[in-house]
Amino acid sequence: MKLIVRISLKKSILDPQGEAISNSLKSLGFSKLNSVRQGKILELDLEETDPDCGVKIAKEMCEKLLVNSVIENYSLEIE
Amino acid sequence: MQSAVVVFPGSNCDRDLVQAISAQSASACKMLWHKDTSLPRGLDILFIPGGFSFGDYLRCGAIAANSPIMESIIDFAHKGGFIIGICNGFQVLTEAALLKGTLLRNSGVNFICRQQSLIVTSNDSIMTKNFSKGEKLKLPIAHHDGNFFADEATINVLEQNEQVLFRYDNNPNGSKNDIAGIMSENHRIIGLMPHPERATDENLGSKDGTRIFQSLVECF
Repeated sequence: MKLIVRISLKKSILDPQGEAISNSLKSLGFSKLNSVRQGKILELDLEETDPDCGVKIAKEMCEKLLVNSVIENYSLEIE
Repeated sequence: MQSAVVVFPGSNCDRDLVQAISAQSASACKMLWHKDTSLPRGLDILFIPGGFSFGDYLRCGAIAANSPIMESIIDFAHKGGFIIGICNGFQVLTEAALLKGTLLRNSGVNFICRQQSLIVTSNDSIMTKNFSKGEKLKLPIAHHDGNFFADEATINVLEQNEQVLFRYDNNPNGSKNDIAGIMSENHRIIGLMPHPERATDENLGSKDGTRIFQSLVECF
């Protein structure tokens, strides 16, 4: 099964890369833009068919390596 | 002083550290590989060097913090061992949760490489015992992700327990409270972004790093 992990910086964390992208878009004339936040998307391909088990494994991966809980949030989605 | 430096793929300050230590210490500094599963017997102090371990992939230091040698490093830490992480080494120590907080992208987005004036905030550490509180020194910084961040409560704890080791004189990267280096609660695990090993010769622009290594050697 395939799982999508979306990792984003917590709202309280400064995102200088997002700000740089936002400034660039504004300079291109996208005047309606309020802000940009940059994150990561990971596609996990698991040797697993049970959705509950797959989510459990993915959560473990997030907690052990993929996500730094000091600064990041994540969400999981079964593709 | 029995010392060792851990080398990860992408470390690039490991040899500079060995050189800086060897100049002060009678015992040679050992180099360990990230796939090693034990530390040398009788080790006094372990260094995690600067560089770009595993290409900074995922997050700086995250993959190194989960490499095979980390289990024995965490064990060494729990037994009261002394560990110093410099630059990428600092990032590895925060990712391994041996130090509080994390290092975010510099607030100005750019990689910064320059001589930086620092203020000794605590001299209750093996690195700074020969310095006085408030003393200024000059060390190079070279990082893209050196913006120290922790939540307000954690910052308050670090400040109250005198766990802040160095502050930037003129904050280059947006770090909370100008923090350039911190220590664990027992002051035995140290992480700092500036590079003392790159400041051990007048030709390199500063010899202030030498005083730090002298201080270390005198402690053991």
